[in-house]
Amino acid sequence: MTAPLVFSRVGHAFLGRTLFEDFDLAVEAGETVALIGPSGSGKTTILQIAAGILEPSKGRVHRAWRRQAVVFQEPRLIPWMTLLDNVAYGLAARGEPKAERRDTAARLALEVGLEEADFQKYPAELSGGMRQRAGVARALAVDPDMLFLDEPFSATDVGLRRHLQDLLIAAARARGFSGLLVTHDLTEAVRIADRLLVLSALDGRIAACHRLPGRPGERSERMVFEQVEAWSRDPVFAELFSARERRR
Amino acid sequence: MGAVLAGLGWTGRYLWAGWAGLAGIFCLLAAWQAGHEIYGSFILPSPAETAASIADLARRPDFGRILRESAGRALSGFAIAAALGTATGLVAGYSFAAMRLMKPVVTVMLGVPPIGWIVLALIWFGSTGGTAVMTVVIASAPLSFAGALEGVAKRDRQLDVMAQSFGASRAYRLRTVTLPHVLSYLFPAWTTTAGSAWKVTVMAELLSNSGGIGGELATARALFDIPQVTAWLAITVVLALATDYGLLHLLRESMERWRSAGLPWGVKR
Repeated sequence: MTAPLVFSRVGHAFLGRTLFEDFDLAVEAGETVALIGPSGSGKTTILQIAAGILEPSKGRVHRAWRRQAVVFQEPRLIPWMTLLDNVAYGLAARGEPKAERRDTAARLALEVGLEEADFQKYPAELSGGMRQRAGVARALAVDPDMLFLDEPFSATDVGLRRHLQDLLIAAARARGFSGLLVTHDLTEAVRIADRLLVLSALDGRIAACHRLPGRPGERSERMVFEQVEAWSRDPVFAELFSARERRR
Repeated sequence: MGAVLAGLGWTGRYLWAGWAGLAGIFCLLAAWQAGHEIYGSFILPSPAETAASIADLARRPDFGRILRESAGRALSGFAIAAALGTATGLVAGYSFAAMRLMKPVVTVMLGVPPIGWIVLALIWFGSTGGTAVMTVVIASAPLSFAGALEGVAKRDRQLDVMAQSFGASRAYRLRTVTLPHVLSYLFPAWTTTAGSAWKVTVMAELLSNSGGIGGELATARALFDIPQVTAWLAITVVLALATDYGLLHLLRESMERWRSAGLPWGVKR
């Protein structure tokens, strides 16, 4: 069985500048892969190409899933739609009947910790945390078999970040979707992912690939921190950060 | 309960806005009265004389028909201009080639004074309502065009990418992401257009001698019935205000309720 997402020798250039070349990647069914790298290494571009938002300049991308969803760094809620309609957006775009999509959206909104009293509020009336929760609920509402996460919790406070991470891990285990996470937070990657790919900022190649021990959700906090600490001392990571310094 | 309170709050704000508007109108009336007292009735009839003249006009059996005639021309011209300008503006917003093609046409439409179009329309349509409607369309469509073009160009592309990533079709994205945003650019254009539609209609009617308020204005001028002139002008202003506040303002309030939703009490307008 082939993996649902396969990049074969994919390259992308923007305004004459090559971001990366000959990039290979495979995300297996039910697996979550984290792409980690400094700013400018092209991780978000890779995610956009994977999600079909962007066409690569070179190479082939094999995409085999029925429903995809994306959680963005900013919640990207539609300001003129109520919270519930925002959560139901993906379902509405797929043409699901109104009553059904509202039921699903309400269930997911409650699941991520939103309250029924807020369902008819507009995004401007919600706190940043509530908006981010709504972004996660919108993604889970379409019942994706491929979920893209673009630095999803980098703007949230520690408590909420932890809560949403746990929620995603539980959802991934319960529904078995595949995931591609782009982040620069090593702790987040170790918590959520099965596999970690480290991108180099110099040539956009994979500098290192690690399979994480155990399954997401089964790793203890201690194990997560020990792993992060060990990697922080790893020469590949040291090189990664010194490369970022050099670029500046 | 919340909806009832929100409705009451909205009605209160709407009425309060009307009250403030009335205060402005009374200031204008006072200045008008002062002008009348300086120059006399022949040059500038007083607001009271004008009101009496309006009451006389309202008793005429053909009063309703005259108003309907002008209203039909102004509003159909406005509707055609808004639809045409918005549609072409949207196309130009999405297509660079279309924008390059249409922009000079719009410049020509804006550059030729309405009076020039009236002369041309008189030759094409003769002394009919078509002259007024065509002039309104040509004078008004460029504003809607520019509004729609600007709105599409300034749309939030990140929202578009979000919608695309969830598999939304082009049409669905246009309806849910782009159009509500473009509306905030269209409403100012439509408000201006609705006001100018009445002005241009009356002017075209006067020059083409095709009845309506403009035709009556021509007659009043010929008879040196100055109170009747000011009466018809006042009626035109009231009709233009009614189009703005009774139609466009209400439409805008209902479609853009989300905009004031996040503002705290006291900041709401």
